[in-house]
Amino acid sequence: MKALIIRELRLAFGSGRAWLPPVFFLLVATLFPFAVGPDGPLLARTGGGALWMAALLAALLPVERLIEPDRASGVLDQLALRGHGEEGVALAKLAGHWLSFGPPLMLAALPAAALMKLPPDVLWRLELGLLIGTPALAALTLAVGALTLGLSGTSALAGLLMLPLAVPVLIFGAGLMAGDAGGAWKLLAAVALLYVAAAPFVAGAAIRAARD
Amino acid sequence: MKNPVPLLALWDVACRRGGRILFEGLTLRLYDGEALEVRGPNGAGKSSLLRMVAGLLAPASGLIERKAAVALADEALALDMRLTLGRALGFWAGLDGADPAPAMAAMGIDHLAAVPVAMLSTGQRKRAAIARVIASGVPLWLLDEPANGLDAEGMDRLATAVAAHRAGGGAVLAASHLPLPLGGAPFIELGR
Repeated sequence: MKALIIRELRLAFGSGRAWLPPVFFLLVATLFPFAVGPDGPLLARTGGGALWMAALLAALLPVERLIEPDRASGVLDQLALRGHGEEGVALAKLAGHWLSFGPPLMLAALPAAALMKLPPDVLWRLELGLLIGTPALAALTLAVGALTLGLSGTSALAGLLMLPLAVPVLIFGAGLMAGDAGGAWKLLAAVALLYVAAAPFVAGAAIRAARD
Repeated sequence: MKNPVPLLALWDVACRRGGRILFEGLTLRLYDGEALEVRGPNGAGKSSLLRMVAGLLAPASGLIERKAAVALADEALALDMRLTLGRALGFWAGLDGADPAPAMAAMGIDHLAAVPVAMLSTGQRKRAAIARVIASGVPLWLLDEPANGLDAEGMDRLATAVAAHRAGGGAVLAASHLPLPLGGAPFIELGR
């Protein structure tokens, strides 16, 4: 398990896959003020939501490169021969993927928040939301990556599959930034827990189905 | 004396791929120290048979009993292209709790340990896949077209490795459309 997580991190940072989401995230944060105009209060009001949208779309970027290369090259088969269950492999992938996705995105949120003129308390709640929400996004990326195994040109399909499922993350993540009322972080945590718990099983079954 | 329990037994196994029956009624037994060659034209179901034995594919009907762990060398290399050959094989050897160095020497690729996998030739990659099987230390080897891309020297090394494995009580099931140097092992024909 540990060897698999380390391999996942090596693949993510070695191939540059890990840098795509934060760079995309920062790019959106850079473009958004150009589109809305240099109106500080307006940016501060809408910027948080835009950053959550950016995080969501950034989570889509690694979908095709997360599992498919390992299926095509036979790594998943070789792991199965060694008695590693597909669910366990998926869980290791989830852990490795989150480590290469969540923390870099939270780091990128710091300059992004400055570009959006977010006040410090909103930035703090954005970071808290990303800490809770990025595992859910990573789980969705894993599940959708597994469900589209063996298909070519899956980016559009992956978006259609993943974005509707990400709606609760978006709602509670953005709700968390609006204020402390309503316990949005608890609902966000509940969604994240559900997705993280379900994703290895979905991905494991999808990996097995893709063999046939 | 032969171990009375076969390492591998197939009972009346049928293989269906994409709605077509590739073969059916296949019954075979493989004991310690034995080797069996599976021959047949392209598309006869040789690779599917090996994948079924490995447990990666379910037979359409019949029963597959396997008493031992398997190692598979097929068309999929399953080595990280960016890594050096030594580290890529080391990853799998680490999972197997084994040392890849003797296996790499046995296949004559020990001098390539520092070369990235992406730079290796077809034959060198095949040798690497066979070296992973050797290093795994499991009793039952599944070799899918092991001779593909191997030169004469590689074939000799393959034959030596198979002979050593069988002498140590291991068994080999190899699929090939060409005769293999398995020391006069019996063969079955699929797709006839």
